[in-house]
Amino acid sequence: MFPTPIEKRSLPFNISYRVAVWIALILWLLPLIAVLLTSARSTADLNAGNYWGIPSQWMLVQNYEQVFTQTPMLRYLLNSIIITVPAVIGAVSLSTLAGYSLAKFKFRGRMGLFAAFIAGNFVPFQILMIPVRDLTIHMGLYDTASGLILFHIAFQTGFCTLFMRNFIVGLPDELIEAARVEGVSEWKIFRHIVLPLVRPALAALAVLIFTFVWNDYFWALVLVQSDDVRPITAGIAALKGQWMASWQLISAGSIVAALPPVMLFFAMQRHFIAGLTLGATKG
Amino acid sequence: MQKLHRKQQQWMPIAFLAPAVILFSVYVIFPIVQSVWLSFYQWDGLGEKTFVGFGNYIELFQDGQFWTAFVNNIYWLIFFMLAPPIGLLLALFLNQKMMGIRFVKAMFFFPFVISQVVVGLVFSWFYDPSFGLFNKFIELFGFQPIAVLSDPNVVTFGIIAAGLWPQIAYCMILYLTGLNNLNPDQIEAARLDGAYGWKMLRHVILPQLKPATFIAIVVTVIGALRSFDLVATMTSGGPFGSSSVLAYFMYEQSIFNYRVGYGAAIATVLFLMMDIYIAYFLWRMLKSEKA
Repeated sequence: MFPTPIEKRSLPFNISYRVAVWIALILWLLPLIAVLLTSARSTADLNAGNYWGIPSQWMLVQNYEQVFTQTPMLRYLLNSIIITVPAVIGAVSLSTLAGYSLAKFKFRGRMGLFAAFIAGNFVPFQILMIPVRDLTIHMGLYDTASGLILFHIAFQTGFCTLFMRNFIVGLPDELIEAARVEGVSEWKIFRHIVLPLVRPALAALAVLIFTFVWNDYFWALVLVQSDDVRPITAGIAALKGQWMASWQLISAGSIVAALPPVMLFFAMQRHFIAGLTLGATKG
Repeated sequence: MQKLHRKQQQWMPIAFLAPAVILFSVYVIFPIVQSVWLSFYQWDGLGEKTFVGFGNYIELFQDGQFWTAFVNNIYWLIFFMLAPPIGLLLALFLNQKMMGIRFVKAMFFFPFVISQVVVGLVFSWFYDPSFGLFNKFIELFGFQPIAVLSDPNVVTFGIIAAGLWPQIAYCMILYLTGLNNLNPDQIEAARLDGAYGWKMLRHVILPQLKPATFIAIVVTVIGALRSFDLVATMTSGGPFGSSSVLAYFMYEQSIFNYRVGYGAAIATVLFLMMDIYIAYFLWRMLKSEKA
């Protein structure tokens, strides 16, 4: 282990290390703690300039209630779910099929296809913006959830295929070969042998893609314009313009927008990190 | 039976691939070609397209706004490179066993999980000239308050600092995973040889962390060139376009000024910059694949 484990150090070192860790953490999260505190403040506090002290009145419930009843925040939240869930399911399904094909079949051009998926995943969004927007308008999907979902599925498929392909390559060939010799159809092999084996990768990927799609802002700006479809990221940015001085509401709204991916992260932390650090240990 | 089987083996991989390939081509590969093609036209997004050859590019290279955005992108690239080393330092700091360390690591990673829009709001608040914590802090040291987001000289650096926050978290997690997978025998051997501290880090640890460093640099470069959300939420490129980056400049020209062909030219420049890194990444990846 590196650096030297603290168990091997002196007691004063141990104590100061522990104190330093917690102080560093508070400093690191200070901007966020401020927002959290502000979401519980009253207007009076803000007017009096009490931005950093303890709120004189805890308005937590009232502020969040106001966010949900006086703004379309609930609608935005719902829209985000409507967009994100199908996009995750779509991208993960398509890429599991594609990843299996690229990993376990030998055919000409498979490395080229694989490279195209990887490269496409890194391009700047702006190079796609105009044609994707036109395409969406022509299909009659501008300002609909389906327009956004389709794009997200297509784009995330690049990263997902890279991920699934690299995972499936590591699975033993013998199982698949044995089934083939038995005459099991390719679809059944996929369904009953490959799919159960990739389950852990599916979980990691789904959590990661959920966060990516949930946090998307650019495509929400480009493909959607009305409050009825706008996801929460674009919604909160729009509200910022309207509520200029109501920082307690903007703060509360930000917390609401951040909560779902954060909860998912804490619930599935291991999967999330396993997905994100793919390739950080070998390659 | 055997025949059916061979046939299946031939078309199944194609059937498995087809949905992903079709969708990816329609939404990603084909639009790239289309954008490059559009960059040679003058177009308002609705009417007739007029072929102008390299006209958009010539205008671009004479456009002061373009150079401001371009230089800002270079600043993003340079200063974003602080994320891997700071992430490494944090990872080294946190790579210990103590009660609650899992929670601490998760909280350090936190900024990466939340949306950049929220990060932008958090930092707008942090930088506020009248009550923001940033100014409270520098006042402690006797400095005059700075309106970070409305001062053309510092605004870009203010936004980059906000962007570094989640990016450092990302690099930290990559390095923590790398540190977890170190070869303990090599470290013990080096310790017996009297290597410790910096020497150990430089000659034993860092070479083993190479894969993590590679990924950290790749995602950091991509993050720097993709910077859009923070610029859009914190300043909309202002004041007077001084914090714009190519990604935002392109969006502004195409959506607000209806200069779609011109926007496509900006996107193409950004795409070419990114291509250098994409090509390098692919080369590395495919090389390790063959080995």
